[in-house]
Amino acid sequence: MSGDRDLAAEFRAGNVRGLARAISLVEQRDPTVRHLLEELRDGLRRPRVLGFTGAPGTGKSTLVDALVGLLRGRDQKVAVVAVDPNSPFSGGAILGDRIRMQRHALDGGVYIRSMGARGHLGGLSAASREAIRLLGAFGFDYVLLETVGVGQSELEVAAVADTTVVVLTPGQGDSVQMLKAGIMEIADVFAVNKADLPGAQKVVQEIRSMLNMGPKLAWKPPIVMTVAARAEGLEELLEAVERHQQHLETTGEAAERAAERLKDEAADLVGEWARRQARKLLDDDAELSRRLLDDRVPYAAAEEILTTEGESLVPRAARSRHKMKSR
Amino acid sequence: MRREDGVETSTISGIPVDPVYTAEATRDLPDELPGEFPYTRGIHKSGYRGRLWTMRQFSGFATARETNARYHYLLKNGQTGLSVAFDMPTLMGQDSDAPTSRGEIGHCGVAIDSLADMETLLDGIPLDKVTTSMTINSPAAILLAMYLVVAEKQGVPWTQVGGTLQNDILKEYIAQKEYIFPPQPSMRLVIDSIEFCAREVPRWNTVSISGYHIREAGSTAAQELAFTLADGFAYVDACLERGMQIDEFAPRLSFFFDAHIDFFEEIAKFRAARRIWARHMRERYGAQNPRSLQLRFHTQTAGVSLTAQQPELNIARTAVEALAAVLGGTQSLHTNAMDEVLALPTDKSARIALRTQQMLAYESGAANTVDPLGGSYFMESLTKRMEEEAEAYFERISEYGGVIRAIEAGFFQKEIADASFRYQTELEHKRRVIVGVNDFVTDDEEPIEILRISPQAEQEQVDRVREVRRKRDQARCTRALESLRKAAQSPDENLMPHIVEAVRAYATEGEIMGTMVDVFGLYTERAII
Amino acid sequence: MSAVQAKPLRIVLAKVGLDGHDRGVKVVARALRDAGFEVIYTGLRQTPAMVVEAALQEDAQVIGLSLHSGAHMTLFPAVIEELKKRQAGDITVFGGGIIPDDDIAELKKLGVAEIFTPGAPLEEIVTWLRKRFPDG
Repeated sequence: MSGDRDLAAEFRAGNVRGLARAISLVEQRDPTVRHLLEELRDGLRRPRVLGFTGAPGTGKSTLVDALVGLLRGRDQKVAVVAVDPNSPFSGGAILGDRIRMQRHALDGGVYIRSMGARGHLGGLSAASREAIRLLGAFGFDYVLLETVGVGQSELEVAAVADTTVVVLTPGQGDSVQMLKAGIMEIADVFAVNKADLPGAQKVVQEIRSMLNMGPKLAWKPPIVMTVAARAEGLEELLEAVERHQQHLETTGEAAERAAERLKDEAADLVGEWARRQARKLLDDDAELSRRLLDDRVPYAAAEEILTTEGESLVPRAARSRHKMKSR
Repeated sequence: MRREDGVETSTISGIPVDPVYTAEATRDLPDELPGEFPYTRGIHKSGYRGRLWTMRQFSGFATARETNARYHYLLKNGQTGLSVAFDMPTLMGQDSDAPTSRGEIGHCGVAIDSLADMETLLDGIPLDKVTTSMTINSPAAILLAMYLVVAEKQGVPWTQVGGTLQNDILKEYIAQKEYIFPPQPSMRLVIDSIEFCAREVPRWNTVSISGYHIREAGSTAAQELAFTLADGFAYVDACLERGMQIDEFAPRLSFFFDAHIDFFEEIAKFRAARRIWARHMRERYGAQNPRSLQLRFHTQTAGVSLTAQQPELNIARTAVEALAAVLGGTQSLHTNAMDEVLALPTDKSARIALRTQQMLAYESGAANTVDPLGGSYFMESLTKRMEEEAEAYFERISEYGGVIRAIEAGFFQKEIADASFRYQTELEHKRRVIVGVNDFVTDDEEPIEILRISPQAEQEQVDRVREVRRKRDQARCTRALESLRKAAQSPDENLMPHIVEAVRAYATEGEIMGTMVDVFGLYTERAII
Repeated sequence: MSAVQAKPLRIVLAKVGLDGHDRGVKVVARALRDAGFEVIYTGLRQTPAMVVEAALQEDAQVIGLSLHSGAHMTLFPAVIEELKKRQAGDITVFGGGIIPDDDIAELKKLGVAEIFTPGAPLEEIVTWLRKRFPDG
């Protein structure tokens, strides 16, 4: 079955399976996705993208679920992309975030997609950027990205979200750890969830003092207390998020970020495509591959690949010299 | 450690076992007699000489009418206690005409939708003479209310009504997963029923704190022991918080354990359970009444140990497990039928299961001596080990801030999933053998006869509940549900009287549950795999 | 070879029916993860419509159903029907649970690809999936 034309038709017809397949292609970095996205170009519009991250057990999924409810009440179409870690041994994954969102399972205005954090050629950022583009084209007003804040994936996801919400919770000592682990830098809004538990105020204090210790920023991340399980504090949370988005608009940061993102994306693609070609060349060209093995270091072979007719794409400082300078 | 043939020498739960035990193991063992604190050796001085364990076979069929006929048959044949198994929709608090009840009605037990079904179920059964055990949890308060209203209609005062309600919601979150509300309101409902019975139905055993389902979900013996007792302490704490006195409710708490196939480990588990409970009740809670200290328990042989392959072997497995329960001093026992792994038991397989108990009681001599393994080097060492493992778990649970917090953090669920995966892996590598499954396999399995439920029974039940709704005094029913809703909204009010009134007005189980769901919300657990 | 596959097989695992016995489905989930598959676990008490919707949204090639309440003859065929209704009959459905031989034959006739009963080695499920999806 040949894919992209049927896929575009299915996608346009609003068939959820078309969307789901397209996202799979994006995850697999299938080059044919280009044709689909270029075909859809006129219909592209960027949804609002909110990232949610926090340690396991902070109630992220419940919070996301509750927000979906709130946004649906405002007649917004919402997509959720939930990222879970893969097994370092097998590469497989158990993705279980849908469980908390099952009440939206049959709501046509909600789409939920689970992703493994690893296994994305070109990285999770690249896959999520493309997925967001597809979700926007499909008509979603909001994309909520959820990641477990224990590794690299939350940083990658924060890079593509307009607003990143860091979720903390009293007890278990995870809050302080999270703050130390550099999560601080990516937070645009803090949600202190399970705020009905003792110690919630203490978490708020901790965040506040951490914020005060850092440099003065144009945007000071607000701290919102929520009890997601009882849908409390959600309006306030959404309001904080909206304020942040307004801030991005009025300061021009939104446009700036969008431009940066697109540049990054183009550069990433160059890297990705070039890498594929290079690898293929090294596999196919026995002569080149022999020289590489003889050389025992990769530089000369890389330079050879990136140089045609005297024109080289190798950074100046890395280019070969006629004589090695000895110290 | 493995044997020469590659099979693990540790217990089925992974506790290492020495090739031989010596007097070293019992050197510091204090002299202890059955019927004396801390009751390691049993709660009765005379063991089964005074009174045999109760042979309580759990049963329930499609409709209330068929089950009632079975009860009359059993009572005529000398059984004095009934045990009710409910179908899945009843267990999940929904009516038979709910869309998701389709295909489930009457499959695993009897369908009860309203007082009308309970009247049929208990028709002609004198509730002042017969005690009934009801295996139900999330909607337990509603089924208890139905039972009490039937008694009322028979003219039997509640003070003369006796029976047992499983009503153990905590293990639902931990293992069996038949929860409906979040843990806090669920706990409130359990404590409401304990408080109500302490006042109005003093002969009722309000909670049967269950390890059975924890074990069946794949836990180890030590986890079953520790998590069950931890649940018990959590109920005690909640009752005390409500302002009740320890000796007022503790004598009515009872336990329900699994008897798995690892013979010695199981006996050690039962012995350790009694000792731990007695010690904590006296030292931690200051209980005075001996009945508060004595852990009484029902046992069921392990459903998970049954195999669909060569099912006749299940008769032998069940006999070994039942013997462990008897030597461990159980108060009552259910032996599984050999085909229970496939469906509801047939008459023949159910009879063999009961006969197995009778053989143990009358032929084997096992009933003649109390705690016959007491003082055995191996048994005492294993009992102590069980106790230590349980105490270590209590520590970890308290680090989470108690059972409910540990549930919310997924602690129990993760421990059980890990244990069950470890065991499965051992089976895959044949480091454990299940005869007929991963070794000693026969190719020509004979199909065994299976009891099936007719689809007509489903439709009849659906029609019945609809008819109840048509015929009842709707205004009274609406009023009763409204007052229940209000009571649910005020945390200090006991919900039992309101549920009883709703039952009297023929509100259905699904309607009563639904009213509480409106106030309490639904619970979903996060994925703990 | 890298441990990460470019196109991992995606499998929706769901408990249909009202029972909460999830020991088996969880063990299977782990085994499938360890075999390199992506397992989307949707939890307890899923209706056929929910299961199918999840498979479509998640672009899963396979649905694994677990059930212990005895309602398999109602619910498994309902999942197959729902898939057909959504033009997704190409999604493979397998099941696990306590299911008598006669019922297994009937379910296979209705379109359930395979049934694994208690005692089936995990390796058997993995091997079956690998054979059916050599690219995954």
